[in-house]
Amino acid sequence: MTASLPDRHGRFGPYGGRYVPETLMPALLELEAQYAKAKKDRRFQTELAHYLKYYVGRPTSLYRADRLSAKLGGARIYLKREDLCHTGAHKINNAIGQALLALRMKKPRVIAETGAGQHGVATATAAAMFGLQCEIYMGTEDMQRQALNVFRMRLLGATVTGVDAGSRTLKDAISEAMRDWTTNVRTTHYVLGSVLGAHPYPMMIRDFQSVIGREARKQILAAEGRLPDYLVACVGGGSNSIGLFHPFLKDKKVKMVGVEAGGVGIVSGKHAARFAGGKPGVLQGTMTYLLQDDDGQINLTHSVSAGLDYAAVGPEHSFYHDQGRIEYAYATDEEALEAFDLLTREEGIMPALESAHAVAHVVKLAPKMKKSQIVLVNLSGRGDKDVQQIARMRGVAL
Amino acid sequence: MIGSSHRQSKRARTSSRPQPCPSHGRPDPNRLDATFRRLKDEKKKALIVYLMAGDPSLDATEKLVLALEQAGADVIELGVPFSDPIADGPVIQRAAQRALNNGVSLRSIFTMVKSLRQRTNIPIVLMLYSNSICAMGYETFCQTAKDAGVDGMIVPDMPPDEAGPLKGPAEEAGLRLIFLLAPTSTKDRRMFVARQSHGFVYYVSLTGITGSKLTDVADVAQNVEKIRKVANAPIAVGFGVATPNDAARLSDFADGVIVGSAVVRRIEECRHAPDMVEQVVGFVRSLKAAMAQEQQPAPQ
Repeated sequence: MTASLPDRHGRFGPYGGRYVPETLMPALLELEAQYAKAKKDRRFQTELAHYLKYYVGRPTSLYRADRLSAKLGGARIYLKREDLCHTGAHKINNAIGQALLALRMKKPRVIAETGAGQHGVATATAAAMFGLQCEIYMGTEDMQRQALNVFRMRLLGATVTGVDAGSRTLKDAISEAMRDWTTNVRTTHYVLGSVLGAHPYPMMIRDFQSVIGREARKQILAAEGRLPDYLVACVGGGSNSIGLFHPFLKDKKVKMVGVEAGGVGIVSGKHAARFAGGKPGVLQGTMTYLLQDDDGQINLTHSVSAGLDYAAVGPEHSFYHDQGRIEYAYATDEEALEAFDLLTREEGIMPALESAHAVAHVVKLAPKMKKSQIVLVNLSGRGDKDVQQIARMRGVAL
Repeated sequence: MIGSSHRQSKRARTSSRPQPCPSHGRPDPNRLDATFRRLKDEKKKALIVYLMAGDPSLDATEKLVLALEQAGADVIELGVPFSDPIADGPVIQRAAQRALNNGVSLRSIFTMVKSLRQRTNIPIVLMLYSNSICAMGYETFCQTAKDAGVDGMIVPDMPPDEAGPLKGPAEEAGLRLIFLLAPTSTKDRRMFVARQSHGFVYYVSLTGITGSKLTDVADVAQNVEKIRKVANAPIAVGFGVATPNDAARLSDFADGVIVGSAVVRRIEECRHAPDMVEQVVGFVRSLKAAMAQEQQPAPQ
């Protein structure tokens, strides 16, 4: 049921598609054609594999977290260490892939949106390495929360442009990047950072991130001789989660949980849990579950983690949600912060606040499981970028 | 339509008369088609004025529509405010935000259009984003729009590729579904899009968002000629039309000229002034005058 998705219209069942201004349609069609060619081109794949190995540092390790497992007193917990990727998160897997495509399409300039700053840093890094001009759009609220990443991007030679519209977060950064792309489409490739937007982005980014799940599948089979009982990953747009889940979709016994941002609680309305509080609609190029009001206006979202603070979810997730193949849960800000502390103290691994949402779900899940069972969690990024924010929240002056 | 009030112009009354529509071969009461046909007979070009519904208030929009019809607007394009307008530049983004802050919704806009229909037959086309339609449901949207007296819609983030589910309900309700073409459109896209566009084809004059600066009129002219070869509907040009001179140059070859951000900016600048409507009317008159001059034969 999964091999053929999306269909040739970019649809995952009713979700996905290409809801963009006509100006962008030729660029999307070109990107789709170029990507289809690159996918089959052994030279492209060899080149991508080369950079993933020698530049990104893949394969990332699959680490058995014994102290965390013992503390929670249930299932054996494995962490897929995407936090060990160059630049500190899984985002680089996709950024390298798309930068290589930009080179193939002879586009000298790349743009990207960023929420937590991880995708912006990854794109700025790939652009520096491949000699591409780079501009990153970022909501001004996020720029404050993630000042360190803003400076990192500037050090890498990228222009960081603040977006002062709407909620001044990821959603507004995407709109502004789409406007830039609409204006400069002839010279510019838009390196979208998650499995969002118009076809072929959700498919292409899933493919680039599926390296996570392919490695994890091999690694867990080598370590345990069997597949895990559960996969857990956080879901903002949903690229690290679909990257982990996708290679396991046909393994019917492997359960999967995507963890959304519960913010300060669903009842409060201050959250980004699209499946708990949203319904299908169209935003920024794709049909998918959205947080919106009765008139179709997009709701403001809230999460302690900038990378999960977004009103829509990748269309492929919407499909698997409706199919019941993937379960979606949420963790609140508070639960994520507790999980951050727990993993830091028990394992000496500081997770990104995004990834801490996945860990927070494991804290609820693992104790209910048997010791013989296995949970594999995607640790999608490291928490260095969040240290300043956490200090601020605790009233610690650095 | 509603019986004639004294405010109705002669033109509006004429345009309300059902006439055969060449593309359907049956009587067609659509005001948009009738207006373009009448203008063609008169060898004139359509001035299409964009207003953001509810900016600065729905009452003001209602007054503006009536006043701009008198000032020479042939078609009104009513923007429906959306929280995330990806095709719009800062001027229209700000207008949408003001309208949303005023609590404007699609339903309150329909109520306003219904009230306008007591007094005018000027064609009204909605410009709105996909999600506004999705949230209401395609069929309910089309029926409600028809009942209110809307004539068509432009959905900038819904290319014909995604408009399948909207086409049936739109046709059923007699609403014209207007699609856009752009400078980046390939020959294949021109064929595909132009043939599905009813009412008119909206040619985006530049590679960019609304309110950008128009630079290359010769390039626009070439593209309009290419579209004309494959389109059944008239062709109107928009995005970047800021001055009477722009409008005049474009009306040289296009069937209609759409002015949006330049009007909305004036509304923004004088929205607190007592003579706001008069100031906007003055600008629209100057556009119309420039277009009329262009359409007269050059003196020997």
